[in-house]
Amino acid sequence: MSLQNLNWKSDKKLLGEMTSCHIAEEPIKKVAIFGGTHGNELTGVFLVKHWLKNGVEIQRTGLEVKPFITNPRAVKKCTRYIDCDLNRIFDLENLGKKMSEDLPYEVRRAQEINHLFGPKNSEDSYDIIFDLHNTTSNMGCTLVLEDSRNNFLIQMFHYIKTSLAPLPCYVYLIEHPSLKYATTRSIAKYPVGIEVGPQPQGVLRADILDQMRKMIKHALDFIHHFNEGKEFPSCAIEVYKIMEKVDYPRNENGEIAAIIHPNLQDQDWKPLHPGDPVFLTLDGKTIPLGGDCTVHPVFVNEAAYYEKKEAFAKTTKLTLHADSIRCSLH
Amino acid sequence: MCSLPVPREPLRRVAVAGGKHGNEMSGVYLVRHWLLAPAELQRPSFSAVPVLANPAATTACRRYVDRDLNRTFTSTFLNSRPTPDDPYEVTRARELNQLLGPKASGQAFDFVLDLHTSTANMGTCFIAESSHDVFALHLCRHLQLQYPELSCQVFLYQRSGEESYSLDSVAKNGLALELGPQPQGVLRADIFSRMRALVATVLDFIDLFNQGTAFPTFEMEAYRPVGIMDFPRTEAGNLAGTVHPQLQDQDFQPLQPGDPIFQMFSGEDLLYEGESTVYPLFINEAAYYEKGVAFVQTEKLTFSVPAMPALTPAPSPAS
Repeated sequence: MSLQNLNWKSDKKLLGEMTSCHIAEEPIKKVAIFGGTHGNELTGVFLVKHWLKNGVEIQRTGLEVKPFITNPRAVKKCTRYIDCDLNRIFDLENLGKKMSEDLPYEVRRAQEINHLFGPKNSEDSYDIIFDLHNTTSNMGCTLVLEDSRNNFLIQMFHYIKTSLAPLPCYVYLIEHPSLKYATTRSIAKYPVGIEVGPQPQGVLRADILDQMRKMIKHALDFIHHFNEGKEFPSCAIEVYKIMEKVDYPRNENGEIAAIIHPNLQDQDWKPLHPGDPVFLTLDGKTIPLGGDCTVHPVFVNEAAYYEKKEAFAKTTKLTLHADSIRCSLH
Repeated sequence: MCSLPVPREPLRRVAVAGGKHGNEMSGVYLVRHWLLAPAELQRPSFSAVPVLANPAATTACRRYVDRDLNRTFTSTFLNSRPTPDDPYEVTRARELNQLLGPKASGQAFDFVLDLHTSTANMGTCFIAESSHDVFALHLCRHLQLQYPELSCQVFLYQRSGEESYSLDSVAKNGLALELGPQPQGVLRADIFSRMRALVATVLDFIDLFNQGTAFPTFEMEAYRPVGIMDFPRTEAGNLAGTVHPQLQDQDFQPLQPGDPIFQMFSGEDLLYEGESTVYPLFINEAAYYEKGVAFVQTEKLTFSVPAMPALTPAPSPAS
């Protein structure tokens, strides 16, 4: 590599550090696709199992794409988790605990996964991890973003959304000082959550399978085009940023005293205004949205979130911009 | 096969059971509500008792702890000697048999209504034992007439030669409500309201009967099982495909030979190879994957239900 190239690279890197934006230059080499992080979210389980037997669909020249079942014991029992939620424990404290049989199954598993695909925050970690999920909520095709300043992923998501159109594809931004959680995919440099619903736990629907399959196809096509040197001009995407989680109204015993109102049920992403019905009590009373701003609810009536005390999450709609990106090989 | 005689006395001992499967939330929450506010279950001629059928499974939000409670009400389980190693649901089935039965005895409850939801697109479905279940069928007819907008279907679950295995077979008469689609672990307001309204109408019917109403003969259309179809599987027994998009959600719609039923992960369609039209139910029910059932094949039948005469009032005591 000539001195001139080196200076360009180091200037770019310096510029990137100064402006805190990632302008990906290196080609993407190692990609993983995780299924079964929650053992009863079947689309990812069966796509990964299928690709482990026949991986033609996910191959791209020059790219290593590894399908992987993250929580095999939960998959075998068709349950979300055995001891604790695998998708909440990839923080450095859990990853650093001394390995022992007394640790919850998922913590031991997280350390194994970190060893295979990480370590988290190191140069050796996988470039991209796609983590496949389903939801009982009517969220359609959803991409989950953890960092609002990640040019590369904003570009990827823009490409996926454009390719899927007219099928809607939403972007959920979970960047938040206290609400962001330590996901399985967060050990990669570029973590991508893929969430498709509505699908009941323990059920595999052909239409949902087809949608998730298409999302992965477009994502891998994007990476391939990027690696081949294609320039992606600057772009903008609409995203929904998490603001706050709302629990069900409960009685003194902690039991649910009201349920998602029929007007809100299945209305993920649609604007919800102050005064609009949100809950219906078991006695038939309507509880409206308080506050003074319009929000966009997501994860409305997700089965797995009853125990996490989340009836839905409020998001705010905003636009994220990405600089143009181009792989430096060309 | 049990031939259930039409009741000759008013029905006084009535139970409404929810949470037979602990993750079918509508029944769970209705029963919890009624345990605190029982007035809703009272009628002039009787009061219904709410029962949480499987408390441990309900607490864990699972279908069952050890085995499916709704398959445990057979005499084999109910009459065998208790041991400390008995599965939770076997012990519980015996308790419920004591409470609501004993099955096939004179002391059994007059009527049990069993509340269920399904991940399949079952709409509003009433499940009775057989075409001989005259009281239950008149009840279904009454519900259909009260809710014409709901397109209520009747499923007769008993296969000839088989003993009834579900809770409502413990009482002298019974019926199950099966509403869907609703995911396990989710409580939808629309399904909840519909179930609540249907329960109220069931109790109204029993009260009407108790008060001496006669119900005329009628023609009933119902569905009866003729077989089941499992998912396509690999040699290892894992899924090799899933319900075809054209069959998904088409419960109660006719399935003709040659129609697609499964879509393989590798892309091909599998077609229905039966010889005649069937009506599939419980299409893609989550709880049936482990039972090897992708859908239940049924035949549609039409038959006459004899009139149910009014109860003759009991002779007044001598003055």
